[in-house]
Amino acid sequence: MDATTPMFPSAYDLKAPAGAEGWEDLYPYYLKFQPALREKEDQKFWFCDSQHWPNPFKPFDAMTVEFAVKCLGQYNTRHYLVPPANGVDYRIHNGYVYMSPIGVSPEKIEARIPQFMERAGHYFQNWPTLLENWHKKVKANIDEMEAIEFEKLPEVVPVDWVKDGVGLDNTTALTENYDRMIQLIYRTWQYHFEFLNLGYAAYLDFFGFMKEQFPTIPDQAIAKMVQGHDSDLFRPDDELKKLARLAVELGVADALKDGSVDDALAAAGDQEGGAKWIAAWEAAKDPWFNYTTGNGFYSTDQYWNENLHIPMGYLRDYIVRVQAGETIERPMEALHAERDRIASEYQEMMSPEAAEAFQGKLGLARTVYPYVEDHNFYIEHWSMGVFWKKMRALSKLLHEEGFWPTEDGMFYLDRNEVRDVIFDYGNAWATGGDWAGPTYWPAEIERRRGIIDALATQAPQPALNNPPEVITEPFTIMLWGITSDSIKNWIGGDDDSGDMVGMAASPGTVEGIARVIRSPEKLGEIQQGEILVAPVTAPSWAPVFGKIQATVTDIGGMMSHAAIVCREYGLPAVTGTGSASSKIKTGDRIRVDGNTGKVTILS
Amino acid sequence: MTAFALPFEKIGKKDHARVGGKCASLGEMTQAGVAVPTGFAVTTDAYLAMLDETGLRAKIEAQLASTKFDDVVSLDRSAQAIQIRFRSHKLPAQVETVIRDYYNAMGDALPVAVRSSATAEDLPDASFAGQQDTYLWVVGADTVIEHVRDCWASLFTARAMKYRHDNNLGQIEVLMSVAVQKMVNAKTAGVAMTLDPLTGDRTRIVIDASYGLGELVVSGIVTPDNFTVEKVLMEVIDRKISDKHIELVPDVVAATTVEREVEAARRDVPCLTDAQVIDVAKLAKALERQNKCPQDVEWAFDADLPEGENLVALQSRPETVWSQKPAEPIKTSFSTGMMGMVGALNNPVGSKK
Repeated sequence: MDATTPMFPSAYDLKAPAGAEGWEDLYPYYLKFQPALREKEDQKFWFCDSQHWPNPFKPFDAMTVEFAVKCLGQYNTRHYLVPPANGVDYRIHNGYVYMSPIGVSPEKIEARIPQFMERAGHYFQNWPTLLENWHKKVKANIDEMEAIEFEKLPEVVPVDWVKDGVGLDNTTALTENYDRMIQLIYRTWQYHFEFLNLGYAAYLDFFGFMKEQFPTIPDQAIAKMVQGHDSDLFRPDDELKKLARLAVELGVADALKDGSVDDALAAAGDQEGGAKWIAAWEAAKDPWFNYTTGNGFYSTDQYWNENLHIPMGYLRDYIVRVQAGETIERPMEALHAERDRIASEYQEMMSPEAAEAFQGKLGLARTVYPYVEDHNFYIEHWSMGVFWKKMRALSKLLHEEGFWPTEDGMFYLDRNEVRDVIFDYGNAWATGGDWAGPTYWPAEIERRRGIIDALATQAPQPALNNPPEVITEPFTIMLWGITSDSIKNWIGGDDDSGDMVGMAASPGTVEGIARVIRSPEKLGEIQQGEILVAPVTAPSWAPVFGKIQATVTDIGGMMSHAAIVCREYGLPAVTGTGSASSKIKTGDRIRVDGNTGKVTILS
Repeated sequence: MTAFALPFEKIGKKDHARVGGKCASLGEMTQAGVAVPTGFAVTTDAYLAMLDETGLRAKIEAQLASTKFDDVVSLDRSAQAIQIRFRSHKLPAQVETVIRDYYNAMGDALPVAVRSSATAEDLPDASFAGQQDTYLWVVGADTVIEHVRDCWASLFTARAMKYRHDNNLGQIEVLMSVAVQKMVNAKTAGVAMTLDPLTGDRTRIVIDASYGLGELVVSGIVTPDNFTVEKVLMEVIDRKISDKHIELVPDVVAATTVEREVEAARRDVPCLTDAQVIDVAKLAKALERQNKCPQDVEWAFDADLPEGENLVALQSRPETVWSQKPAEPIKTSFSTGMMGMVGALNNPVGSKK
């Protein structure tokens, strides 16, 4: 490599696609590559986080980037003082997020150790009680968000308010509720990282220890020793399986098979035993249908409880399989036994001293690891599901009042502009004048929609500028699976052999027909026995994992959702290939080797 | 009690001294339920009867007394003289009868392998594999008896004598048992080690495999396919497919084995499926567990047996190279608890390149 030619382009040389000019105005000033800082910004290595934000996001949705990445950082930098790592700096460019981990300068690392030991140590020592408290805090936020309703402004202030001497009008609740929703979700994102970074730290310690003991041990073997099998993350899918089995047992299965969700539920309800099944269906919905087909980061995410045809579709697939005599339930006891077998067989190959350390580290990793899976249900699915539901209701309200022509108009505004709109709405209502929004926003939203659509026509760069000699930031390695090796794969991925290399994320080797899926709406296209190829997957795709025989993703490490789900479902997976979803076409015959991380296009 | 022969299924722990390492291992495997071709051991009692009832012992001792072990010519001459003496004596009648009876009980003119099973061989610190004889596709009691005697004689090759001399193992004190075992009609065969012979990595099982009988793999005449299996997950993690140009197969008419060229279509394709590789690995892993130390296993897929029951173990012995090395201390102490975590964070594993 020429020393003067960076391995990856500079953000400053990456132009927006045609039609996306002016995209910069859609996102906050502090998240853009500012022209005056070019020299400084070009010195840093930035990688694209298309694992969490695979598509350009609307201005309102940019809040998920801000809250998530800010809150990740605060725990490293300000709460626990993780010795070598501060947070992750981030920028938005052409609609995608680029990240650059901020290390701690070597001379300062030593001084942070005692603080880290005290602060993080307290969490590790009191994990169960603190986690119990976490669940209470998160649930309280969910309850508060659920209780918030946005109501149209009435013609007049209720007469009771006047007589009671309330002294306030209906705009008060509207503005306060909006602010409160933002505050609540901000708090929720802080909670998200309260345990997560520590979970990864303990896992990383165990991981490093195993690699030292057995340099060739597959990453997935280490993951399998720690991974739980009764995670809340898989509960929604398990609930559907239970409902499918119950439907067959109660004799209502055939009634559920066709028609709209309402028709099917009505038909089932008419059967003998139908009431019992309907009660089980209703019970499963709260909270387990607070489950998105996306990843929780987009206002367009579709949640099961608002789109009952999605779980109904999966349920119908399961019913067919139960009726065919298949076992659809995961063999939990066998999975637990397998996890213990793997751990004990490696332990047998260790010296007694190493075995003792192994027990300690494995014990801690197993204590903290369930959070790594479980939190995803409580935050990305449940909390964000409620948040988006309320925000969509607000957008719809303002649409009905004439502020924008479509129900989703609000998401083309950033969160502070929405505050302005709410004031505009209350302001003219109070003065008796006209709202400015309905004349201003429709054209502006149309302009912005054009920009977002144009941004989506261009794929992101995997990274910007030059990577460091070695990647040392622990969370970058663990969360995003970015190592010196994976970066090499992004660059060297263009050989003629038709081979792609990624992370061997879940074992097994299969050959089959590829199905490239770029968005969750297309999941229905997947045919039995195909290999799912996607830029990234979400845990909620779990029900289709009963149909496919392997998964390949562009993005993600050992702890990525695709990796976790595939190990859980016993399917081979290769993650972090960089470009498989663009190199492989639907219909290609491919070979996926989940043991070596190799993906080959056969024909 | 003297017993000139013992069937594999009757070899108990107490018999190990008189059946030699190979037969002891075949006996143990048979009793543990491992699929092993049937057979019997001609015990060291038979060998001792040969020495003592024919007057061979005195003649050998006299020859040894005049042997100069550091003189190649003298050693060679002694070796030849002793081997000729063996071959010029008939086996004691009782011994012959026992071998004949056991052989005939196995089947009618059944092809067998006759292999030496020395009492000092197969110990972790005394591997001199291949220094004693193996006779394949032997048919008929007379030929079996002849080859049992050849095996005994092979104790006295110049190389074996020199080895025993250098290692103070004694000469006439080292006894020889012989295994007579049903011949495998091997479609594929080879060796499995329950560690990586290149690195000593015990998390791996490394398998060499080729067409026909395993002898060409063991002797290095053919470059076998080489498979690596992760021992705990039982996943094939590496495959090196070679040009397997010849195979050792039975010549039924001539009652012997012949080397035959492998046709082009089979030469450079894998000789085992992944499922077969895993079956071999499972067999080797089970034998390692049973013997409580890394093993070097000879195995074969028998073309005459039904699918699912066609994998047989021919031999399992302790791996001798890495087992002798003291385990390298990976780290003098392990940081545990919070200090361990600090270490892991400061020096994450992915950064070590």
